Amino acid sequence: MALLDINHVDVIYQSEKSETEAVRDLTLSVDEGEFIALVGPSGCGKTTLLSMIAGLLTPTHGSVTIDGEPIVASGGNVGYMLQRDNLFEWRTIESNVLLGLSIQKKLTGETKKYATDMLDKYGLGEFKNAFPAQLSGGMRQRAALIRTLAFKPRLLLLDEPFSAVDFQTRMKVCDDVHSIIKNENKTAVLVTHDISEAVSMADRIVVLTKRPATVKTVFDIDIEADTPLKRRESPRFSYWFDRVWKEVSL
Amino acid sequence: MKINSRKRLPVLLPRAKSPREMYLAKRRNDKITTVLFQAGLLVLLLGLWELAARLEWIDSFITSCPSRVVAVLGTIDVKDLFVHIAYTLLECIVGFLAASALGIMIAVLLWRFNKLRRILEPYIVVLNALPKIALGPIIIIWVGAGAQAIIVMTILICIIVTVISVLNGFTSVDEGKILLLRSMGATKLQVLFKLIFPANVPALVNMLKINVGLAWVGTIMGEYLVSTAGLGYLIIYGSQVFKMDLVMASTVILCLLATVMYLAVAGVERIAKKRYHID
Repeated sequence: MALLDINHVDVIYQSEKSETEAVRDLTLSVDEGEFIALVGPSGCGKTTLLSMIAGLLTPTHGSVTIDGEPIVASGGNVGYMLQRDNLFEWRTIESNVLLGLSIQKKLTGETKKYATDMLDKYGLGEFKNAFPAQLSGGMRQRAALIRTLAFKPRLLLLDEPFSAVDFQTRMKVCDDVHSIIKNENKTAVLVTHDISEAVSMADRIVVLTKRPATVKTVFDIDIEADTPLKRRESPRFSYWFDRVWKEVSL
Repeated sequence: MKINSRKRLPVLLPRAKSPREMYLAKRRNDKITTVLFQAGLLVLLLGLWELAARLEWIDSFITSCPSRVVAVLGTIDVKDLFVHIAYTLLECIVGFLAASALGIMIAVLLWRFNKLRRILEPYIVVLNALPKIALGPIIIIWVGAGAQAIIVMTILICIIVTVISVLNGFTSVDEGKILLLRSMGATKLQVLFKLIFPANVPALVNMLKINVGLAWVGTIMGEYLVSTAGLGYLIIYGSQVFKMDLVMASTVILCLLATVMYLAVAGVERIAKKRYHID
């Protein structure tokens, strides 16, 4: 059984002026350990889709399930990483990373150790007591990812997590995040408008149509390299970039 | 010979100052001159006032003068004076604290319940526009003439601005951070305590600073309307019996008290900023 099942989902927004159909009859499933990228024209409702998977938005029709159970935000099954790191400036890095655990009242010696061990493992150990303002953009993004992983969500949602990082550090952060996710054996859904980012990170790319969003094409990316940077160097990279780019702009 | 020249060198040629040292010296000089000018201005104004009164350019019966203010402070019974100060200070502090606490509580309710906020919006606008002093007679009739009326007046003057400014801070918290907490399954109460309050420490401190000033307005206005003790009472009483020295002396004390209270809040600000790492 797939980890995440999105089954014939419609999302219709109501506002004073009009009714907006954001998603129409979208069906998608994600298996355990997979890394999926959603790409599509801007404003096609990708973020709507993520909110729905995070359990923050109930679809108008259809169902979204994780391990066969309907998704609720309070379940702690889904970790949401947003465009900006949203670290709380008044908390230390360690206390930021423990935020999810304390919200979900799961903060014990064991879970705390799991989270702080990850800080050590991914090079933020010496910044435990530092404040976010003292960290570089790349380090902040890594801290934000560890905060998301700390409460052991079954599924990770990444909403253009690199768009606020400057270009120089972007590739490096991309590599870091990818290796952490693979290392921790997590399932991830990435939303991005950057096709090269999608091709360099994902096992599968789902191209969405413009609004109302639905699945247009699914590509299984077969580049034999384990990191995004190495993937970018592979000859197959430009082939896939081209195919996805044409499919998106068509 | 060498040692000798080395020893003498500093005397002959003062060591060249590094740019850093020159900068710091300039900063220090700037600070010193500013303070000197500030003090000088005060002395000059007081001196001119005194001089004008002595030379009878002005009628010191109407304008009073520094020496007369000091003299009148000497003649007032110290115990009496302290009773007046205590009254005013107590009314002001109680009103200030009550208005701040109540204002924050109301802002929390309005933040939590959108519907309530929409319903109450026009009422808040009208109450904000209304000159609260106009409610003075109503307050006196409802709560009685005395310290309680003055406290109520102080609260009324402070509370609406408190609610508006605090609510404004609450609603302008970054949506992304709220979304993040919600995706972790946070309840509204958790969002309030983990995010809204800490993110609004600067706004809350700012509100306290504004309220210090407003609380004094409320207290003195209240004492003008109805009181049997307090500095506002002394000022009104002094003006009615034409004792300008008393009016001026009371005003000076009031000035000092307001400054002390403002400095206390500024101290709270410094502690809060350090605690919450705000630059």
